Amino acid sequence: MDVHDPRPPEDSGLVVRDLAVSYGPVLALRGVSLNVPRGAIVTVLGGNGAGKSTLLRAVSGTLRFQRGGITAGEISFDRTRLSGAATSAVVAGGVVQVPEGRRVFARMTVEENLRAGALGARDRRSAAGARQDVLKLFPVLAERARQRAGLLSGGEQQMLAIGRALMARPRMLLLDEPTLGLAPMMAARIADTVREINAQGTTVLLVEQNAAMALSLASYAYVLEVGEVVLSGPAAELAESDEVRRRYLGIEDDPEIAPASATSVAAAPAERPVLARWSA
Amino acid sequence: MITFLELLANGISVGTVYALIALGFVIIFKATEVLNFAHASLLLVGGFIIAKLHASVGFWLALLIGIAGAALVGALIEFLVIRRANVASHSVLAIATIGIDIVLTTELTREIGADVLALGDPWRDQVLHLGAVSIAQTRVAALVVATVLITAFLLAFKYTNWGIAMRATAEDSETAALMGVRRGRVSMGAWAIAGALAAVAALFLCVFPTPGLDRSTTFAAMKAFPAAILGGLDSTTGALVGGLIIGVTEALMSGYQNDMVFLGRGIGDVAPFLVMIVILLIRPAGLFGTRELARV
Repeated sequence: MDVHDPRPPEDSGLVVRDLAVSYGPVLALRGVSLNVPRGAIVTVLGGNGAGKSTLLRAVSGTLRFQRGGITAGEISFDRTRLSGAATSAVVAGGVVQVPEGRRVFARMTVEENLRAGALGARDRRSAAGARQDVLKLFPVLAERARQRAGLLSGGEQQMLAIGRALMARPRMLLLDEPTLGLAPMMAARIADTVREINAQGTTVLLVEQNAAMALSLASYAYVLEVGEVVLSGPAAELAESDEVRRRYLGIEDDPEIAPASATSVAAAPAERPVLARWSA
Repeated sequence: MITFLELLANGISVGTVYALIALGFVIIFKATEVLNFAHASLLLVGGFIIAKLHASVGFWLALLIGIAGAALVGALIEFLVIRRANVASHSVLAIATIGIDIVLTTELTREIGADVLALGDPWRDQVLHLGAVSIAQTRVAALVVATVLITAFLLAFKYTNWGIAMRATAEDSETAALMGVRRGRVSMGAWAIAGALAAVAALFLCVFPTPGLDRSTTFAAMKAFPAAILGGLDSTTGALVGGLIIGVTEALMSGYQNDMVFLGRGIGDVAPFLVMIVILLIRPAGLFGTRELARV
């Protein structure tokens, strides 16, 4: 994941160009362009309603579930056009999303959830191998294989949601707020996992409100506000910028809490504006 | 006591046939959230094909064609109407299925006319004697076939990729789509299977002691609606239990109606709906259902 060049070649990895999305008359994204080079972790930050989830829905092709659609622009992954493609084609193309709020199939067992993740895989025969890799990454899922997913803790559900996505052996993983509502310790573990998944060669687009964690993982970052990219740059630079520090890290002038590593996320005090939410 | 056992055996047998119908109704609801009011006409399609073909191609081939035909009609309804209708509410689709039902039933009853069509089954009117208890062979066949089909269906639902895709879609269709599950395929498969099960049910609703397929067969099929509803619309277990409850209730009420003259004639036909109403008053989501239907 050595990406020193902040502006890598335009056609590799995920490329979003001048994307506009609307839900009926409501415009949710305007002129959004971003680039996730192959092998990188790139993060998109922004508050509630900034359009982060909309962006991921546009990539995965699930806008129609919310009665929305792409009105302009283009999305491609490794030069294959994704905008306009069916969700199953996006998954088969190697781009898999872990949706916000985990959305595990609560009435199915952990094992069945993992099987569901392999349904749209490019090569179904590789499911056994993928399963082994997932269980190695998350041993707790093997212990709970026969339990209903709804009975897992929030952190375990997030692991299951990520593991389920990995069952399709994605080349690119889209993560929508994976630390939402998790205890700081668990959030740090998820962050470590994301780093490991990336180290094994999967490109990651991470959408987060937890800016400190996201900036510590990513090499490049975009800030979305009311449907537009207002700021972008290498993650380290953004983490230093006053604007981001004030608005997303909740730091005025306190050098003690530098968002340098995931450990500091775990240790960070409660005033960090991480919104927790109950999800059923 | 003998009468009671005979009635009970008949009731269970008819109950498994209702369960076949209710199961189709439930899987359509699970996969597409549509209440399929055209289910009785799917059944009629299957029965009609068997009745028309058995004389020329033989019973077993006719049965296979009937099953395939009803499955095809189910898949076509999904493909031509359900999939294309871009409506906000699933109740609109439910009303569309009422329209489909009227069209199919009208055409088929016109074809059938005043006839009573035999289905050419090999069991005829033979009766099996188990000690003092006598039971029609058709009823034994119904029990065996329905049990085998239901077991096969439930195993597939639990263990195959198709079953996983189906349950994932039923639970959260958007997330299932994110796994690459094609919703169109899942729902078309549900409609086709529901059609096939309905065709098998048609066979056993029309054989001895029923005279055969006629225009009133859809009314018999209607009794599976309370079975699906009282079991809980989104529960396969509920469909089975509901089918059995309706079958046994109907058989016992009809069998003992001479002892209950104060209730009048034909209580057996009314009983399924009475049972449904009582159960819904106590458990609005049905016995095993998780989704309570909104009152409209």
